[in-house]
Amino acid sequence: MKISFPHMGYSYIAFKWLVENMGHECIIPPEPSKKTLDLGVRYAPEFACIPFKMLLGTYLEVAEKGAEVILTSGGMGPCRAGLYWVMHQYLLDELNTGIKVVAFEPPLCDLRDFLKKLHWIRKTGGLSLKAFIQVLRITWEKIKAIDEVEMYSHEIRPYEINRGDTTRSLWRALDMLDVANNEMEIKMALQEGIKLLQQIPQDKSRNPLKIGIIGEIYVVLEPAANHYIQIMLGEMGVQTDRSIYLTAYTRKNTIVNLEGDIFSVAKPYLAEAPIGGHGVNSIGETLLYAKHGFDGVVQLAPFACIPEIVAKSILPAISRDHGIPVLTLFIDEQTGKAGVQTRLEAFVDLLEKRRQYKATHKNARLVV
Amino acid sequence: MSKIGIPRTLAYFIYFPFWKTFFEALGQEVVVSPPTTREIMDIGVREAVNDACIPIKLYHGHVAYLADKVDYIFCPRLVSVRKHGDFGTETFCPKFLGLPDMVRLALNNLPEIIDERVDLKKGKDELLKVCARVGETLGQSGTEIKRAFKQAMKVDGRFKQLLYQNYTPVEAMAMIFDQQEHIPPPRQETDLKIAVVGYPYAIYDAYINAGILKLLQKEKVRVYTQDMLSDKTMNRQARTLPKSMFWYFSNRAVYGALHFMQEKGIDGIIHITAFACGPDSIVDRLLEIESRRRNHIPYLAIAVDEHTGEAGIRTRVEAFLDMLRFRRDKA
Repeated sequence: MKISFPHMGYSYIAFKWLVENMGHECIIPPEPSKKTLDLGVRYAPEFACIPFKMLLGTYLEVAEKGAEVILTSGGMGPCRAGLYWVMHQYLLDELNTGIKVVAFEPPLCDLRDFLKKLHWIRKTGGLSLKAFIQVLRITWEKIKAIDEVEMYSHEIRPYEINRGDTTRSLWRALDMLDVANNEMEIKMALQEGIKLLQQIPQDKSRNPLKIGIIGEIYVVLEPAANHYIQIMLGEMGVQTDRSIYLTAYTRKNTIVNLEGDIFSVAKPYLAEAPIGGHGVNSIGETLLYAKHGFDGVVQLAPFACIPEIVAKSILPAISRDHGIPVLTLFIDEQTGKAGVQTRLEAFVDLLEKRRQYKATHKNARLVV
Repeated sequence: MSKIGIPRTLAYFIYFPFWKTFFEALGQEVVVSPPTTREIMDIGVREAVNDACIPIKLYHGHVAYLADKVDYIFCPRLVSVRKHGDFGTETFCPKFLGLPDMVRLALNNLPEIIDERVDLKKGKDELLKVCARVGETLGQSGTEIKRAFKQAMKVDGRFKQLLYQNYTPVEAMAMIFDQQEHIPPPRQETDLKIAVVGYPYAIYDAYINAGILKLLQKEKVRVYTQDMLSDKTMNRQARTLPKSMFWYFSNRAVYGALHFMQEKGIDGIIHITAFACGPDSIVDRLLEIESRRRNHIPYLAIAVDEHTGEAGIRTRVEAFLDMLRFRRDKA
């Protein structure tokens, strides 16, 4: 079978390996481009959020390349992302693409269906159960390694002396991970990749601003959707911490995971959880970033994203109570890179001034 | 005796008879905000987060109207009202889930908010428990609460019966509370039959949709809405979909529309939706595709927002009706 899947950040490297090693042919989803978005916007409902449109565009692109099956995730709501696959299937049928969308619903909701689909994908690929589990394990290792190098790149980018060094090294590191085929090779590729990044000429005397990135998972994870915001901020000399990584819940070293249950952190401001998507997380994470001395927070969300609108309505109160500036960027098909950049530059300027002011007026109470 | 304010929007159109009876049986006074006006909308637009949809903004406006007139605002956190959906997790739009917190942070000088969590999917007694907690907030005893609950259930049953007899919630409430021994509405000869589906707060709030129901009535159209169908009739449609919606009101709109698509004598379907409504981005396209696939029934979607003008809606509805008549005469 020719299988494809949604493009989300650099994770496609691992998923490509997964599909190929399950005995299927992989149609690699291209990085979302202007063309992808145009395709998506043309056929998607007007008020669908941008992840929906980008995914639809991606599916239409891989359909052209001959994909037969799309593997994606379902959901239990109330975020509409759990219904994407339903609507995507409707639209792909209307356009006679012949693509079948296979969605994995959360195993906690419907274990039977989940296992049935896994079984189907394994059987059609012709793998033994043992080999299948091994392939899944290695894929997971790969995703973890990819997250690891990406995380590290965001940490050092603000120190780079020659602009673009970090990003170029990151790509080389990802290329090395791309060709790794077993746990040993992944480990070595990861080490090599980290070393590459470490060797970049850096100016450690800098004291970069720290900004937390929160919001809806797709626009946070897909650089093509958020106009490479983390690279943009890094090259402005800002250190960014992203609240969401695919492997985040297995990690102990991220800010967001330090404090245990994010829902209880958010409770004083939003007494209901979950409300779908990452709505409650955005509130809790802003509180955590404030507590850990971050200079500011950028909230990324698709236009008309319901959970993030709820979060946005509550964030000003947190901003006021805890003295942490928040910039909300709602992204849609009209958002341009220059617009994002201008707003970020202004935000960063503001944070710089704020930091200077704080340093000179030790006891000043800053109103955001 | 305290005054309890209930905003006349969102879930008002389904739960008002119940809660009004309940509160009054407890000896409280219920104050309802007036039907939406320009002023209420303007306050809502000013105070609510700017990305919110128009119904949420209106809710803010209604609460602001009530703020200095009552001792409590009744703004329950609606989480679920039944166990339904593919995983039994049917709920409400996330904005409903966060509504009490949104309102509290957006508006100043609010009286106490009764934001009791309503999560009825867990079992049959949940509603009584919710009532008990609400009653306790007001300092009432258990027996009083039980009595009031029973009374409220009775009125609610009557309300639903009236809906099933094809009265709109607004008409039904008038019959129950204003003692209007209804006057079967002047049903002159019916020219067309149209199903109007969508969220109760979009269909029955005459301000937000520029009085579309009245407009249809003037055009001799008999209007049906999903609220006139029993749950049993509607839920039959659930099996015909790949996956149910996650949201209570959306499921009702979808099932209702699917039911009417197959109903003999229905000439067309109008879906009223709010600009940038999240759930409706799925619902609307789904209905559009299904109406073509199932019965080739004409389908019109009307999106409303704070700039909706009567002329715009009238033009579109008239064109739709002309098309329906033309289609019928040709057949």
